[in-house]
Amino acid sequence: MVNLKINGIPVSVPEGSTILDAARIAKVNIPTLCYLKDVQCVGSCRMCLVEATGARGLVAACVYPVSEGMEVKTNTPKVRKSRKTTIELILSTHKKKCLSCVRSTSCELQKLALEYNAEEDRFGTDYKDAAIDDLSPSVVRDNSKCVMCTRCVAACNKQSIGVIGPKKRGYAKVIGSPFDKALAETSCVNCGQCIVSCPVGALYEKSNTATVWEAIENPEKEVIFFTAPSIKATLGEAFGMAPGTNVEGKMVAAIKQLGNVKCFNMDITADLTIMEEANELLHRLMKGGKTPMFTSCCPGWVKFAEHYYPELLPNLSTCKSPQEMFSAVLKSYYCEKYNKDPKNLFIVSVIPCTAKKFEVTRDELGHYTDVALTTRELAKMIKEAGIDFVNIPAAEYDKPFGEASGAGAIFGATGGVMEAALRTAAYKLGGKGAPIEFKEVRGTEGIKEAEYTVGGTVVKVAVAHGLGNARKVIEQIKSGEKDYTFVEVMACPGGCINGGGQPYVSDDIRNNVDLKAVRAKALYDYDKKNKLRCSHDTPAVDMLYKEYFGDPLSHKSHELLHTEYVKRNKY
Amino acid sequence: MSEIVFEGTPEQAEALKKCIDEHRGEKGALMPVLQNAQAIYGYLPVEVQTVIAEGLDLPLAEVFGVATFYSQFSLKPKGKHKISVCLGTACYVKGSDKILEAVEKQLGITCGECTPDRKFSIESCRCVGACGLAPVMIVDGEVYGKLNPKDVPGILEDYMKD
Repeated sequence: MVNLKINGIPVSVPEGSTILDAARIAKVNIPTLCYLKDVQCVGSCRMCLVEATGARGLVAACVYPVSEGMEVKTNTPKVRKSRKTTIELILSTHKKKCLSCVRSTSCELQKLALEYNAEEDRFGTDYKDAAIDDLSPSVVRDNSKCVMCTRCVAACNKQSIGVIGPKKRGYAKVIGSPFDKALAETSCVNCGQCIVSCPVGALYEKSNTATVWEAIENPEKEVIFFTAPSIKATLGEAFGMAPGTNVEGKMVAAIKQLGNVKCFNMDITADLTIMEEANELLHRLMKGGKTPMFTSCCPGWVKFAEHYYPELLPNLSTCKSPQEMFSAVLKSYYCEKYNKDPKNLFIVSVIPCTAKKFEVTRDELGHYTDVALTTRELAKMIKEAGIDFVNIPAAEYDKPFGEASGAGAIFGATGGVMEAALRTAAYKLGGKGAPIEFKEVRGTEGIKEAEYTVGGTVVKVAVAHGLGNARKVIEQIKSGEKDYTFVEVMACPGGCINGGGQPYVSDDIRNNVDLKAVRAKALYDYDKKNKLRCSHDTPAVDMLYKEYFGDPLSHKSHELLHTEYVKRNKY
Repeated sequence: MSEIVFEGTPEQAEALKKCIDEHRGEKGALMPVLQNAQAIYGYLPVEVQTVIAEGLDLPLAEVFGVATFYSQFSLKPKGKHKISVCLGTACYVKGSDKILEAVEKQLGITCGECTPDRKFSIESCRCVGACGLAPVMIVDGEVYGKLNPKDVPGILEDYMKD
């Protein structure tokens, strides 16, 4: 252990710790901008400069290692002046259109400028009025707001995608895709981790709220919302509620107050996905189909496989994602049963994900979903409508798609799809009394492995979240080092609860709280309390098979609930 | 200016592959490979950078980032005849910017570019040690001094015939 003092406060930290690590333990706040826990630590923005004994000049706390007897001062006139100047220099090349910026009030630069009394125009304003790249259906880049922190680049590299990077140098430097390509022309998988890593408004999702408002106002349209499993665990954050607060009832109530809309529960088609996927797995095992089978509900992962591992496409489950299954069910079964014209149905899927915005544009999925709306966009609509979210009384989902199982809910966290599938597979092979909880596949560990004997069959499973981890698992499978029956992949670290469409989280929280765990806990608690724990227990799923699909993997289900994939270029 | 089509020969591809194989797995392999690639092809078009990215298992964005960071790397091909106009202090005060302008006008391309027939490319340089002859330009190593913009067409004409 190394002993040092920060602003006179004694603190003892393991060797190799940085001043920033030590300050956190001493409860001393040091501002950061380019630093982001688990994503980037390069010491380039100079916001975290501090005075430290033994060092020449000010040092960057995020990268400077502690030493025995060191005395650190984080609050001296020299430090404050340096930070203020740094902010003012950044502001001199920043397009300061803060009032109409998507990140206004959630912007790290705005917060720092306010805290350090920065003069907005001390060095004038000379930003590059860069063209906005909005060709991607998911991610918009506006480099006139970019502060060159390269957090987006680090996030993209961490996903092992690397389609953005710094280009040129000095004043000519910009962040973007190589060879002046638009992001949409690269092998970007639209996961949106760059967006949630950006401290300012240089990256944001392609917004579809105007289209949804239009549909709500259109008397000919019947607008149906359905909400993905993880939204209930995160939407509250956009209204200042603590991370991990389950706001399901308020969320449903708020959506219904947006106008004449219905609100269904996507956990049901998560359950439906499991019915198809668990049966597909058993079918592959018994009929000698391609294994390991990979899950296919994450559109970021699917596009990743198409670009980088096209040889694995036959191993992907052919199941559509819960979003696309729901829209297909609504445009077929629901319209037939309630005698509605599919043309008049306007389907809004609320998802934690920017990749789903790309998914709805896929021809092979039939364009059944009209709009995929991120958690952030839904929050924006709720605010625009003047709804008092925090105090709104809870409401229930509309029938007949309200009640779902806890298995459907945990879809939103890493390991959740695997556990849900195992529950149903175990029941199918073992009958009543089969195990419900498979805790080995839970948690925030990057790659999880387990082996189960389900009804006499040994099933080896792996769960990877974050595409960098997925790549590791795939390489191990390809080299023959590992052998699995079933692999779950979620593109975002932590799964959907930490998706690229989730509410912006301040650096203060993100650098100090394990959001992946806190948000996931909300879903696992919800599952534990749910009287239905397995996908095959969900009444609406039972109804769909009885009234419409017959059995899992039936002809009709293949037509509506399954899909195919396309090989895409790596570059 | 029209786009210059990449024309790589099998020999060049083989040389690049050999170079990548030699450096694969090395830390900091990208710099020597880019230098070699530029020596092989004369420039670093998207086709070459893609092969390097694939070969070294690096993101294309990283390769491009390094290639555009260092001024020694060129993304545009060099012509058969390389024209370099000195923009060093002495030449500049003697009006070498006007010489560069005349060359650009004559060839219909800007500094840093190559003509579509790949006959000429223009670049600027800083002081060639011939300040007494300012303003100077160099074509294929031949120094032309005490220039007037009017001299440019005559000088280039000789090379055009070639």
